[in-house]
Amino acid sequence: KRGLYRKRRGLYREGLLSDDGFRLDGRRPREIRSLRMRLGLFPRADGSAYIEQGNTKVVALVYGPREVRGPRSRSAPDQAVLRCRFSLAPFSGPERRRPRGGEGRGSDLALRLQQSLEAAVLTHLYPRSQIDVYSDGSHCCTGTTAAALAVLDAGIPLRDVVCAGSAALAEGTALTDPNGAEEAAVGPGLALALLPASGLLALVQLSARVPCERLEPVMEAAADGCRELHRALDRELRRSLRERHGEV
Amino acid sequence: MQTSRTFVKRTRAGAVVKVVREHYLRDDIPCGAAACRRCPLRPDAPAPSLETQPGGAASSLCPGPHYLLPDTNVLLHQIDILEDPVIKNVVVLQTVLQELRNRSIPVYKRIRDVIQTPEKHFYSFTNEHHRETYIEQKKGETSNDRNDRAIRVAVKWYSEHLKKIEDEEKIQVIFLTNDRINKEKALEEGITAYTCEEYIKSLVANPELVDRLACVSDEGKEIESGKVIFPEHIPLSKLQQGIKSGNYLQGTYRASRDNYLEATVWVHGDAEEKEIIIQGLKHLNRAVHEDIVAVELLPKGEWVSLSSVVLQDDGQNEDDIETEEEKENILKTSVSKDMLRPTGKVVGIIKRNWRPLCGMLSKSEIKEARRHLFTPADRRIPRIRIETRQADKLEGQRIIVAIDGWPRNSRYPNGHFVKNLGSAGDKETETEVLLLEHDVPHQPFSQAVLSCLPKMPWSITEQDMKHREDLRHLCICSVDPPGCTDIDDALHCREIENGNIEVGVHIADVSHFIRPGNALDEESVKRGTTVYLCEKRIDMVPELLSSNLCSLRSDVDRLAFSCIWEMNHKAEILKTRFTKSVIKSKASLTYAEAQMRIDSATMNDDITTSLRKLNKLAKIMKKRRIDNGALTLSSPEVRFHMDSETHDPIDLQTKELKETNSMVEEFMLLANISVAQKIHSEFPEFALLRKHPAPPPSNYDILVKAAKSKNLEIKTDSAKALAESLDKAESPTFPYLNTLLRILTTRCMMQAVYFCSGMDNDFHHYGLASPIYTHFTSPIRRYADIIVHRLLAVAIGADDTYPELRDKHKIADMCKNLNYRHKMAQYAQRASVAFHTQLFFKSKGVVNEDAYILFVRKNAIVVLIPKYGLEGTVFFEEKGKPTPRLDYNNEVPSLTVEDTTLCVFDKVKVNIMLDASNIQHQKIQMVLVEPKIRGNDVPANLSTETSSNNEPEKKKRKLRK
Ligand SMILES: [Zn+2]
Repeated sequence: KRGLYRKRRGLYREGLLSDDGFRLDGRRPREIRSLRMRLGLFPRADGSAYIEQGNTKVVALVYGPREVRGPRSRSAPDQAVLRCRFSLAPFSGPERRRPRGGEGRGSDLALRLQQSLEAAVLTHLYPRSQIDVYSDGSHCCTGTTAAALAVLDAGIPLRDVVCAGSAALAEGTALTDPNGAEEAAVGPGLALALLPASGLLALVQLSARVPCERLEPVMEAAADGCRELHRALDRELRRSLRERHGEV
Repeated sequence: MQTSRTFVKRTRAGAVVKVVREHYLRDDIPCGAAACRRCPLRPDAPAPSLETQPGGAASSLCPGPHYLLPDTNVLLHQIDILEDPVIKNVVVLQTVLQELRNRSIPVYKRIRDVIQTPEKHFYSFTNEHHRETYIEQKKGETSNDRNDRAIRVAVKWYSEHLKKIEDEEKIQVIFLTNDRINKEKALEEGITAYTCEEYIKSLVANPELVDRLACVSDEGKEIESGKVIFPEHIPLSKLQQGIKSGNYLQGTYRASRDNYLEATVWVHGDAEEKEIIIQGLKHLNRAVHEDIVAVELLPKGEWVSLSSVVLQDDGQNEDDIETEEEKENILKTSVSKDMLRPTGKVVGIIKRNWRPLCGMLSKSEIKEARRHLFTPADRRIPRIRIETRQADKLEGQRIIVAIDGWPRNSRYPNGHFVKNLGSAGDKETETEVLLLEHDVPHQPFSQAVLSCLPKMPWSITEQDMKHREDLRHLCICSVDPPGCTDIDDALHCREIENGNIEVGVHIADVSHFIRPGNALDEESVKRGTTVYLCEKRIDMVPELLSSNLCSLRSDVDRLAFSCIWEMNHKAEILKTRFTKSVIKSKASLTYAEAQMRIDSATMNDDITTSLRKLNKLAKIMKKRRIDNGALTLSSPEVRFHMDSETHDPIDLQTKELKETNSMVEEFMLLANISVAQKIHSEFPEFALLRKHPAPPPSNYDILVKAAKSKNLEIKTDSAKALAESLDKAESPTFPYLNTLLRILTTRCMMQAVYFCSGMDNDFHHYGLASPIYTHFTSPIRRYADIIVHRLLAVAIGADDTYPELRDKHKIADMCKNLNYRHKMAQYAQRASVAFHTQLFFKSKGVVNEDAYILFVRKNAIVVLIPKYGLEGTVFFEEKGKPTPRLDYNNEVPSLTVEDTTLCVFDKVKVNIMLDASNIQHQKIQMVLVEPKIRGNDVPANLSTETSSNNEPEKKKRKLRK
């Protein structure tokens, strides 16, 4: 199996970026994938969002704010507690796989999600309560964005919509929003969660070795993607609000 | 930015998993025509490459302005023509490039180079992502058919699109395809289409191009004409099944050098390699040397043994199959039963390994004939039929021919003429030939490679200074042979406050300029090493780097990789550190200049005093190394030095080694060892190291016996014992004996090789008596050093890593290639010396010289002529003459010819002359003059016979035994 991986890596390296500057799927280095989204698809949840970014599909559900369940010690006197769960759907990769540990509450991905949301959600408005966020999909960045939208859909005030995006470094060029094939070839790279209005970073995670000098362009590429994502989300949000409530 | 695009997703069903990939279609991809105003141009995009008024050769088929659009097969087979400067303005589709990459990486790389050459005006059009030229695969359509259709759609789009250009003269697009069906379909769709042949033949002003057309026969056509000679090849899919089930064996085909009807196949096995004999034209079944083939074993009753017959294919009449069979029978009669070996026949070809071949034309005897046979210089390659109208011009020239195919009804493979190298025997021509024959990449660096070079004027930027120490204040100098332009290394030495000595070795920081994975890096790794020929140097990296930016010249700022030690006065290392640095060398000295400074008592400047300190330390280090058992085989170097004008050997240059030579060498060795330790401790799995295995004891037999015959004892149980006994092996009456013994010793040694630390256990370097070693000090001329620099840079956090650097299999593969390149470079160098030796003896005529016997063989002796540093073989068996009585004694290496006994180290006199009877294979011939041997009539005064203009090769007997 490792052999196969190596072989694929070699295959992709050869042509990750054509001489004419196109990526495998026809995008240029700084372009993000196509985007589709829907809000409020699940009436039983307090808020929900669905995002499709290229072939990545994510559903996020929000319950709350509501009373803290379980022991009192979990509640906080001055703010709401965010409880996040992130799961990768079994059918989210090229091969169907069994759910593994490390994906539930408290897992690495859930922590990333929580950290990003905490920076945006105005939790102090809801002391002694909890907000449950479930994000379900194949990619953590898209999952974060979807979760933020679901929070928005639930009517919970946010400082800003969190836009999360990634970038990878291929042959010296930073690629915004890498797709599956690109990630398989050069590794996951850098993930950002950005609050676009203020430009604040809610989260930066580096999962590959990126040389110091290249860090800036890679960050820039990821942030570019986030901002592009924000513009598209903004358009879509306004459109869907018009659909639901008429003129805004 | 994205609003103007529409998206379509494409699903590809793979064999194992379903892979869904996004596929974006765009409408911002330009057509590449300079005259087009409709296509959007990005501000950072290069200027459109297709000319407004397409230049290039005039065609009688389409006199108007036009662009060419070839399909995949045309690119694949006719790349030699497409590279010609007269072919310009060509559109290369993405579909075509992708197909090409899957079918031939070398051709793919060549076409990419062409696309990047501005004068060629080639344009690569990303048709698969263009909204109007992308098509989906239909149900039931093969991907080949789909791609053909995609190409036609793109041609159609181009012709429509170009019509919209508002210019007086419309530019046409011409589709080139050799596929009959594809061409018919194209014509139906209203596309102007020609075969490559039709188009090239229409270029009336350039008739010479026609010769270079590859003759690719249509598969259907070959059966119609002529008698079928060979059995059919089994298709690849069936071969693979057969190999899996064990019916067939896969192996590398190796043709015999001496017998064109015989070959062996080395079977690639898991455990051990096995050899299978293939005999007879039909069993060889059109396999060519180095091809990967599938073989079926014959029943045991049909097994044969390798024949010792020399057979050369020199018939002119191709249809003369009967005589072939006659010859095959000759092979069979010479079989002795207990020598039978597995024998088989080639049933199919798994991979052709055809490369362009050097050789000469054997002009057809028929007047005005256009078909001729080509005889490759490499005897293992069959003769090739080519079509040319310039046979008269090409006769006596060295030419290059490429093989195109080998149909079943053809005695010889078909090929096409590629290039004329020049007259045979000409210096430049022969140099080119020996470079090609030794697979030394020597083309000028391509545009793509040169574009990776820094822009001039170059200066050190602030960015460059990151992770770098400024060592410009240090008193650094370099010591090299005179005339050296590629200075890799420089040194410094100073006393520090605590009384200890700081010594620095500074190596050119080549890896700063050659970044992993770019075209320059790919080219350098392909070359592997700089190759030094007698009158020529083939650089591994472009001259701007080798002789300027990387060369540590004096009085300029240069980037370096420094290895700095703190030592005490006993030359013991107390501390070692490595850093990237900037240096400014204070002086570039020659060995002689440095020696003079050290020796002259009046000079006491900074440079001189540090040289003296270095020299003192080096002496201590060298002594310690030799005490540990390092070998010093640097016998007075006997090398043939030629005057470039007159080809006179500038005497036997016993290269006088000055102290400063070994001073520099000592510190380079130390740097290499220190770096090897560092990278191995940091990256135990994938450090690139160099080892020199100890030779198996039996290797020394010949040396020990030879010494014993002179009553000397050579001990070989350890390197140290060997070194000591060699030092003692002196004879007062025979001063040259020690040199001869050292020469013999070098012949017993193994080859030192690069290897990956994670793939090997034995790291020992026998010759240097070091437990670990690598190459760090010559990155300008050795690629291995560049990798070592990268590893070291990562280890100290001065540079980035990349996936291939951390992959031990990749490093091991690279070592294999580098070892091959170094070996080939060495062979090329020897061939170059041999050629110049021939030139020398051609002008000098026949001479008699003193020689010493180095080796004794069963039917020959190998002699060394000290005057020229030349080695040669004297044979006692001659074709067509009765063999004298030979008696070989293995114990005292000696050979008795008739009544004369010849022992190793005997002083003899030989007659040397050039044997030019075969113009492709000229060689130096040596005949024993003294002692005289009965029956071996050497004409008393050979000098009268100035050259051995024997009868031409052709007229010699066809069959020799
Ligand atoms: Zn256009």
